[in-house]
Amino acid sequence: MIARTMVPGVLANLPFRVLIPLTLLTCFGAAVLDSAAGGSFATYSASHLIRFAVLLAMALVLRQFPRGLVQLSAYPAYGIILLLLMAVEAIGAVGGGSQRWINLGFMQLQPSEFMKPTIVLALAAFYAALPPGLVGTWRALIPAGALLAVPMALVMLQPDLGTAMAIGFGGVVVMFLAGLPFKWFAGGAAAGAVIAPLAYFFVLHDYQRNRVLVFMDPESDPLGTGYHITQSKIAIGSGGILGKGFGEGSQSHLNYLPEPHTDFVFATMAEEWGLIGGLMVLLVFGIVLRWGLGVARRAPDRFSQLLAGGMTATMFFYVAINLLMVMGLAPVVGIPLPFMSHGGSSMMTNMICLGTLMMVDRWSQKAGRTGTLG
Amino acid sequence: MPLRQKFTSSLLAQSFDRRSFAVGAIQGGIGLLLAARMGYIAVAENEKYETEAESNRVNLVLIPPRRGWILDRKGIPLASNRADFRVDVIPERLVDREREIAMLGDLLKLSPVEIQDLHDKIANASGFQPVQVAEGLDYDAFAAVTVRQPELPGVVPQRGFSRYYPTGPAVGHLIGYVGAASREEYEVEPSPLLLTPGYKLGKDGLEKQFEQVLRGEPGARRSEVTASGRVVRDLSMREDVQGKPIKLTIDGQLQDFAARRIGLESAAVVVIDCHTGGILALVSMPSFDPNTFANGIGRVEWKMLNDDDHIPLLNKALRGLYPPGSTMKPMGSLALQRQGISPDEKINCPGGYQLGNRFFRCDAVHGPVDMRGSIEHSCNTYYWSMSHRVGYQNIAPVAKLLGLGKEFELPGTRQRYGTIPDPEWKMRRYKQAWTDSDSLNASIGQGYVSVSPLQLAVMTARIASGKNLRPSLLFGQPKPLGPDLPFTPEQLAVTRDGMFNVVNGHGTGVGSKLQLEGIQMAGKTGTAQVRRMTSRGAVGAWKDRDHSLFVCYAPAAAPRYAMAVVVEHGTFGARAAAPIARDVMTCLFDPEKAWAGLLEMEKTWGGTPSERLAAKYAAYTATFGTTAPKVAPDAAVEAALAESTTAEPAAPTSGVTTGAERGEATSPMPGEAPPSAFPPLEPEFGPAP
Repeated sequence: MIARTMVPGVLANLPFRVLIPLTLLTCFGAAVLDSAAGGSFATYSASHLIRFAVLLAMALVLRQFPRGLVQLSAYPAYGIILLLLMAVEAIGAVGGGSQRWINLGFMQLQPSEFMKPTIVLALAAFYAALPPGLVGTWRALIPAGALLAVPMALVMLQPDLGTAMAIGFGGVVVMFLAGLPFKWFAGGAAAGAVIAPLAYFFVLHDYQRNRVLVFMDPESDPLGTGYHITQSKIAIGSGGILGKGFGEGSQSHLNYLPEPHTDFVFATMAEEWGLIGGLMVLLVFGIVLRWGLGVARRAPDRFSQLLAGGMTATMFFYVAINLLMVMGLAPVVGIPLPFMSHGGSSMMTNMICLGTLMMVDRWSQKAGRTGTLG
Repeated sequence: MPLRQKFTSSLLAQSFDRRSFAVGAIQGGIGLLLAARMGYIAVAENEKYETEAESNRVNLVLIPPRRGWILDRKGIPLASNRADFRVDVIPERLVDREREIAMLGDLLKLSPVEIQDLHDKIANASGFQPVQVAEGLDYDAFAAVTVRQPELPGVVPQRGFSRYYPTGPAVGHLIGYVGAASREEYEVEPSPLLLTPGYKLGKDGLEKQFEQVLRGEPGARRSEVTASGRVVRDLSMREDVQGKPIKLTIDGQLQDFAARRIGLESAAVVVIDCHTGGILALVSMPSFDPNTFANGIGRVEWKMLNDDDHIPLLNKALRGLYPPGSTMKPMGSLALQRQGISPDEKINCPGGYQLGNRFFRCDAVHGPVDMRGSIEHSCNTYYWSMSHRVGYQNIAPVAKLLGLGKEFELPGTRQRYGTIPDPEWKMRRYKQAWTDSDSLNASIGQGYVSVSPLQLAVMTARIASGKNLRPSLLFGQPKPLGPDLPFTPEQLAVTRDGMFNVVNGHGTGVGSKLQLEGIQMAGKTGTAQVRRMTSRGAVGAWKDRDHSLFVCYAPAAAPRYAMAVVVEHGTFGARAAAPIARDVMTCLFDPEKAWAGLLEMEKTWGGTPSERLAAKYAAYTATFGTTAPKVAPDAAVEAALAESTTAEPAAPTSGVTTGAERGEATSPMPGEAPPSAFPPLEPEFGPAP
């Protein structure tokens, strides 16, 4: 009796209005990757779909986690990931070069990827535990700031500006949603405006500085770094409204478009599927993110709210920065497009976010049924 | 505490609602921005990006047109094209110059000297101007480069056609050469063809003059290429249109023969058709090989050209100016007859001529000589005496009438017209009054007189034909005759008799009689003094020896061919110039006999001019290797060809007037004193037996 209602119950309450478009998007991504590989399904598409299936299963498992366990494990998880980040840094220093991953033999573990959802989790736990009365004081800012700054600094050292920014963005959004005084953010933005030029000259590496310069004026270096942006715009622009047709994209097939299967997969898609394809992709991401924010707003308590809001922000950051980049509105940073780009780590991170959102969604359904906080 | 009260659970929940709404709005806003941006790129700018995608995808490669041939009068090519595998580089597109050149050097087995030259050329090239690495490759070497092309960005292997001059150095000065366009040429004519690897345009001579005729229409190949330049497939192809040929009056075989017959001398030979004025041979040796010039000039070659005291870059036939010496005497005899001197009047030659208190010494004691004898025996006393009588001012105009001191309308040539002096000229040039001794010197083709080998050939052709012939180079387009020459047939006959006897009587050129049945040659020797010397003739340094000249025509009875030969520092006219003239003339009537003799001679000279140049290049490479100084830029090489007289070492004592004024020069050359600064000028040393 229980077993009979359990299984359909689990499936019945799944957010299919999100999972179905997302699955379609991933399949669409597989088609684009097939074309990017010159018509070879095995090269990218097969592993893309397998990863999606495996990681979706993982997300469904994650969905079943109880709230108490999640909240309890927030700091330990944060601590472990932080240690791994330090280990990467140490190995890199010993090995005499920058390194982003730990080789476990069977896979390469990239702790900075895990840090993106983990920082959201840790900060959500922090603000959930903080007495409301202290939100306006330094005790709301300084510990959270430290939680955020340490991993960012470590990732920056790797150096991986894109990931550091992703971590920072997720953290700041949680702090914003936690209700810290608005003037702090205004002040932070002002400070950023002052620090950014300084960082540009003293923190950024030459290649990063060059990317910023070229972003300002891609034509200044049409065959160098600006090449990426220029070729990407050519691919999108030449696709027109309806695209050149599946398998007909000359920019990707003749290798003019760099990284047609990872960072610039959107350009590969847009060349062959046109504006229509692009709007479809935007629409799916819109559905997912809107649902994510909805989950956050429906969430039964402060911890779940902040957790869901932060996860949505992390996913949003991927999509927004990647698309701004391929359309020439942001500098080239190595950030892939979720569910379309070929690559395991971004898929994993986004699935963690998705799983967490479904988990929070499950908590609120439970709370709504029982009338208590689960 | 109002501050504390601000933050309560319910207030924070409200704040979350507001702020999450704001975050959602921002996200939505960015989503709309992205959609709008994409719409703008894909719709509004679609056309622009479609064009760019297309220009990425499609590569339009110009195919250099095959150049029009340059033919001799019989239709035999003096310049043709041969199918060829070649490799060029586009410096701008090289990614790692050192590595790629090293790799090319390996694949094509280039020598260190060639690699050095390649580095030089790339350093001098600008932007997309292609630089030739090698041509005339065999298929294996070509294929080796083609296969490695992905590792060699900016390297362009292709098959095409390259210019080929079958007789090499023999036509260097006549035809010029071709080469890749320079930056200046591209600025004058900014056509993409000039940047196409493998395309070469005329750099000198006829190749330059008739560039637009010879060029033709380039073909084009549209192909789909990857970002790394690999051709995926050809889309369409347009064949090139070969340039039009030009046909010259030159007799290719004769030109080659004359060039080779000059051997180790520094000399010029000009042969003119006495019927039409067409130039049959226009030779200046030693020369450069236009075949190797087309590949760009390397350091070793440049050093070789500059070290040579025979000045290979000087076209001596058109730009070498020499005192004509006794070759002026036939002209002089016509001038004297016009002044009413009877050809039969005899002048006694006691071995010289007394002018005031100076004695001008003749070559020999000739005794009584008439006009015919004065030519036959080259008696200076006769001309000194007669010109003193009629006045030099009556001789100079006849010299000009016969073409001396004149420039001729010939395409693709740069001539210098030298000097036929007169009192007015001397005053203008040197601010000095004309003297009697100037007249005496000028009357025997010395002193201020300087002429080019071409002028001497025209003079001889006019005397031989009696017609005011004008030289031409383009076949079938003879120049109309000038105004009739003011000589009666009787007057011309006297002069021709004298010239006939020079070769066939007891004159100065009997050693060079034609060894042909029924064909006789008439001529006149000349030995032009280079500098005042105590010892003369064949002794002393090469640079100090006299120039050897010979003018002639044949057959004597019905003149068909006229010729002038000038051998720089060749000593007596009869010794160096006349035998060359005899053999070249023989080649016109009995080529087999002439070639047989030449091939024997070449065995003692170390082979043909091309072979000797190659041997010399090898020797230079062995000696200097990569230590030779850098080549001057293209422009300097062209300037050296154009103004090659400046290459003549300016020895102050040199009487060679190749360094002298071009016509209306306004001031004396620095360091060069007028010839009258060392009087009395030694007259021409006499006839060789």
